[in-house]
Amino acid sequence: MIELEGLTKHFGAKVAVDHLSFTVRPGVVTGFLGPNGAGKSTTMRMMLDLDNPTSGTVRIDGRHYRDLAEPLKYIGALLEASKAMHGGRSAYNNLLCLAQSNRIPASRVREVLDLVGLTAVARKKSKGFSLGMNQRLGIASALLGDPEILMFDEPVNGLDPEGIHWIRNLMKQLAAEGRTIFVSSHLMSEMALTADHLIVIGQGKLLADTSMADFIQENSRSYVRMRSPQRERVLDVLRAEGLAAVEAGSGVLEIDGATAEQIGELAARHQITLHELSAQRASLEEAFMQMTAASVEYHAHAAGEHKVPAKAPPGAPGAPGAPDQPGQPGQPAVQWGRSYEERRRRRSSRKGA
Amino acid sequence: MTTPYQQQGAPGASYTSPIPVRNTHLGDALASEWTKIRSVRSTMWTLGVMIVLMVGLGLLTASLVAAADPDLEGQSVLSLGFSGVLLGSICVMTLGVLTISSEFGTGMIRTTLTACPSRGRVLAAKAIVFFLLVFTLTTVTTAIVGALQVGIVGGEPSGEDWFRATVGVGLYVAALGLLALAVGALIRHSAGAITIMIGVMLLPLVVAIFMFSESLRDVQEALFQYSIPNQIGVLYDSAVTTSGPTGWQPLWIVMGVTAVAMAGAFALLRTRDV
Ligand SMILES: Nc1ncnc2c1ncn2[C@@H]1O[C@H](COP(=O)(O)OP(=O)(O)OP(=O)(O)O)[C@@H](O)[C@H]1O
Ligand SMILES: [Mg+2]
Repeated sequence: MIELEGLTKHFGAKVAVDHLSFTVRPGVVTGFLGPNGAGKSTTMRMMLDLDNPTSGTVRIDGRHYRDLAEPLKYIGALLEASKAMHGGRSAYNNLLCLAQSNRIPASRVREVLDLVGLTAVARKKSKGFSLGMNQRLGIASALLGDPEILMFDEPVNGLDPEGIHWIRNLMKQLAAEGRTIFVSSHLMSEMALTADHLIVIGQGKLLADTSMADFIQENSRSYVRMRSPQRERVLDVLRAEGLAAVEAGSGVLEIDGATAEQIGELAARHQITLHELSAQRASLEEAFMQMTAASVEYHAHAAGEHKVPAKAPPGAPGAPGAPDQPGQPGQPAVQWGRSYEERRRRRSSRKGA
Repeated sequence: MTTPYQQQGAPGASYTSPIPVRNTHLGDALASEWTKIRSVRSTMWTLGVMIVLMVGLGLLTASLVAAADPDLEGQSVLSLGFSGVLLGSICVMTLGVLTISSEFGTGMIRTTLTACPSRGRVLAAKAIVFFLLVFTLTTVTTAIVGALQVGIVGGEPSGEDWFRATVGVGLYVAALGLLALAVGALIRHSAGAITIMIGVMLLPLVVAIFMFSESLRDVQEALFQYSIPNQIGVLYDSAVTTSGPTGWQPLWIVMGVTAVAMAGAFALLRTRDV
């Protein structure tokens, strides 16, 4: 159990972490989400007593990190990628010196190297390692003491799909063994696959502290997507049934408040031809972006593209949702930027209707 | 559309590792630091070059003196080791700085302190391992070089001369390296700390050379006498001069300065973010 109480960190005038209070409970995977610069790494460094908080405290089972005598057997941490090992030392020796300081037998070093798949390069200098290999070495160092609490700062960073799959399963397995897992990420979709509990921060402030199931329940809008050549009739029928339909371009309609079965049967009753009918769910990524939109610090600005929905002038040339921008049928719901804004616009227009 | 998979953990149940928990102490930190210092190239390079300089220059001066004029004007034959030790100490200072600043440079310090949150223990272990390694190597090398020089040039240095030129020099060079380690911990930047240490070594001499004014004669004298090269020379010097450090005094001076720097490094390491 890790408890944070009013944790605050200032870097000069910059407030990196702002009165953060939450609890990381044992036996589950707790996801720690936030956009770039939200203060995730800073919070984790304070948990490990590397950075001193400006105010507030962190307690690990009631104790301060500095009071843990053999911390590696208690809490293992993967810090920011490739910023935590001496490149001139071999992978084996990097781990060996950590093991020795905590009286962990050298055989355990070989075990964790094997576990992360670095046995073949154990005697190679870690300087030459790829991003993914460094990440694996960091994970090996976290697992060294076989600890009951594990902290991972963006573990999938730099890993290939196979590596991502591996770390995902590893985290699930570690949690199933009853360990506490605290893992940071920017990727909501990744967290949806691994985390049981969710903590979202933006600009150092707590935005959400909720179970993953609740978050999904609250934040994923479900709707029915349909396409029909008899568009006018469909709209009339839907209006008569009291269902709201929103046009999504290319003849696609999005209908809230009914299941695909209901719409299908309705269409059959009225003998309407359908070219497409499917149940859809808005992605969690969108919910996450919406939640953190106000606190995103570093926006990318591509030419003619406005990533911040609130600031995009509606109907401006090139702006999302402009009439000259046809929606693209068959595109996945997870789409950054434009489709997200389209949805927001639609949602607000729906409210107005 | 993804169906979010929910991990069915068992909240409340906690994991217990089969690896036994044993209480750690400074000894474990020493073992860890020993692994660190022996597993990087820079240790081999700096100490290797140090030994080559001490042996090479020691034998070169000895054979030159033996060929020319073996009369040393009352100086011990062991003082021929001076130039090698002087240059070798630059290598030791470099290693001292690197021992700690490389951890800051690579970010390893974070991993180190996560594994051992007692920062005092980490710094103490580093200092002890480094000091003992340098002291042993320097003392053994100076003893071997001294014996070879006596063989080449001849002469019978007294027991006191031997002791100061081996153990005394070994302690002095190791303390100087420790000072560099403390500066490395304070500056946390390899190039910066090495530059500062070379400045500490050479600047007093260079400044003294350019003090032409008569009124500054005393300052010039003091700068010269308390400069590191002169202090190392004093350790070889059997003559007792009226001013400046004599006998074992250089050792007490460098140890005092190093103690102050280490105290500062310890205080800052404890309070700073890493
Ligand atoms: N040592 C430091 N000195 C000054 N500012 C810092 C320092 N460390 C972090 N910051 C600032 O604090 C803020 C939070 O940084 P942090 O690295 O914790 O974010 P993050 O959530 O981990 O971001 P990312 O997802 O990009 O890793 C940033 O604005 C960063 O510039
Ligand atoms: Mg980060």
